[in-house]
Amino acid sequence: MNNPRILAALGDPLTIAIAASVGLLIVGEILSPGFAQGSQIVRLLTIAAILGIVAAGQNLVILGGREGIDLSVGSMISLGAVLAGNMMDGQNSGILPALLIAGGIPFLIGLVNGIGVTFVRIPPLVMTLGMTAVIQGGLVVYSQGVPSGAAAPLLSAFINQPLILGIPGILFVWVAIALAMVFVLRRTAFGFAVYAIGSNERAATLVGLPVPLIRVLIYGLSGLFAGLAGVCVIGYTGTSFISVGDQYVLPSVIAVVIGGTSLAGGAGGYLGTMAGAVALTILQSVLITLNLEVWARQVIFGVTLLALMLLYGRQKKLRV
Amino acid sequence: MTMFNLLRRQPWVITVLVFLILVTVNTVLQPSFVEPSVMQSNLATFLPLILVAIGQTYVILAGDIDLSVGSIVALVNVVTVTVIAALGGTLGAVFGGMAAGFVTGIACGLINGFFISGLRFQPIVTTFATGIIFAGLAIWVLPQAGLPVPDAYWMTYTESVLGIPVVAWVLIAGVVFTLVVSRLPFLTRLTAVGGNRTGAFQTGLSLGGLRIGAYVISGAFASFAALCLTGETASGDPLLGASLALSSISAVVLGGTALAGGFGNATGSVVGALVLGMIGNVIFFAGLPFEYQTLVQGLIVLAALAGGVFVTRR
Repeated sequence: MNNPRILAALGDPLTIAIAASVGLLIVGEILSPGFAQGSQIVRLLTIAAILGIVAAGQNLVILGGREGIDLSVGSMISLGAVLAGNMMDGQNSGILPALLIAGGIPFLIGLVNGIGVTFVRIPPLVMTLGMTAVIQGGLVVYSQGVPSGAAAPLLSAFINQPLILGIPGILFVWVAIALAMVFVLRRTAFGFAVYAIGSNERAATLVGLPVPLIRVLIYGLSGLFAGLAGVCVIGYTGTSFISVGDQYVLPSVIAVVIGGTSLAGGAGGYLGTMAGAVALTILQSVLITLNLEVWARQVIFGVTLLALMLLYGRQKKLRV
Repeated sequence: MTMFNLLRRQPWVITVLVFLILVTVNTVLQPSFVEPSVMQSNLATFLPLILVAIGQTYVILAGDIDLSVGSIVALVNVVTVTVIAALGGTLGAVFGGMAAGFVTGIACGLINGFFISGLRFQPIVTTFATGIIFAGLAIWVLPQAGLPVPDAYWMTYTESVLGIPVVAWVLIAGVVFTLVVSRLPFLTRLTAVGGNRTGAFQTGLSLGGLRIGAYVISGAFASFAALCLTGETASGDPLLGASLALSSISAVVLGGTALAGGFGNATGSVVGALVLGMIGNVIFFAGLPFEYQTLVQGLIVLAALAGGVFVTRR
């Protein structure tokens, strides 16, 4: 019983996040029978997948250290959704161009974020916030304030309809992204470099890693993931509006933190982030099921975050 | 070279120059800008951000951040108007309401400080979480915007005392506060905490007290901002101040304070907030098509932030 490996696993954020998810599902089932039935769980996972895809980019940025955080993901999601909507305009033939444009442009904007953070040394929080204002302004100009475009039927079906074994296609995509993230982070030179610059940038520089290049690329990837999440958002809802992504910004950070990635950088991984995204989505759903008033839902959500911080979000003591 | 060194040590000098340029441009675009009534109404618009930015500076100097200031402003606003209404809307009730609002703001600061300094929570996520809670409580106190304050409240706010508008007195008081605090050992210690936390701890500084103190100051200034906003809007609104957290951080950075902590001053943040306000003004009067205004404002703010960081980096 006192096996150190079991104890360590019990205290692991991944375990806690999964346990929290299961616990929340049970609570939801008790409160509202049918909450934890198969189709409901698939629906919850679909919502979690979109958050999880955004959080993949956020995860890389936070892992890369130097106060890494990307607050521009919300506006990049909106940008991706609006661009994809216009490229598709309800036609299946537009899906491929939509993916290219809605992924590519946020990727380039993300590179600009990375350049600002790396070479001008603007703190990431400020850089990505400033970029948010610029993208939102750009969206107003581009769309003239009027939402246009629509999701292709095939994309909507891919995200909302069962594909194989009652599971929609987006969940397979999420699993693929997860496998890629875990493989890249644990098995490739790029992945090791991300951890290296996040935990000790100076050492990373001294061993000859192209630190600035890696950091710029990380921010670009965050933009790419956010843009692709935007394509999923328009597939999920059918239409888009220019602030559709705002609601994902802080949840993406929190999913990463709940999943055990340190905000200081250099430690953590994507499996925990996935569990964090699922736990966060179920929590929001339970709060909605409770039929609480808006204020009570907000207070409970905030208190839960604080409780999670108490579990494993605490910083090191100064007294050794 | 000495000029460059001056700019490195006093980066807000550039912000002041930018501010003067913006004032000039604004006066050219809008000749009525220099009229006292126009200046007073501009100042009334800028004042909440200025005050929040002053409080935010102390938190950032200590190496932390406060994302909950906007929610504190909303909560203080609704508490103030609700208490005024509950006490019957007399002059005494107005003071009672303002006091209740102020205490609320202080309490919010204490809560933030307790979690972050006492329990060692991460500041960004914590103040985001407490911000959600404060905003939720604001909706609980006053679910719908409304509940007008007695006329005496907003009329006093728009009046002049000794020939100087009340809003200008508030600004002067804020600036004097920052100047006085900059002479106190408190600021030196706070800056030490932000610059080298381990070193400050080993020197024997009371880290907990200093960091909580910074959050309380931030809560107090958010209260002042809320009381000013209440004078401006003359009613309660639980959704007030949503953009204040992020614009106050921008104002602090523009004012020459390092976001990582350990360097800067709150007087600079006042200028930073004025610059942000003036950028909005100039763009409005430059006659750009409406849909381009947000984009241009975003680009200018980003460029200004990049410039500010470029000069202060060490």
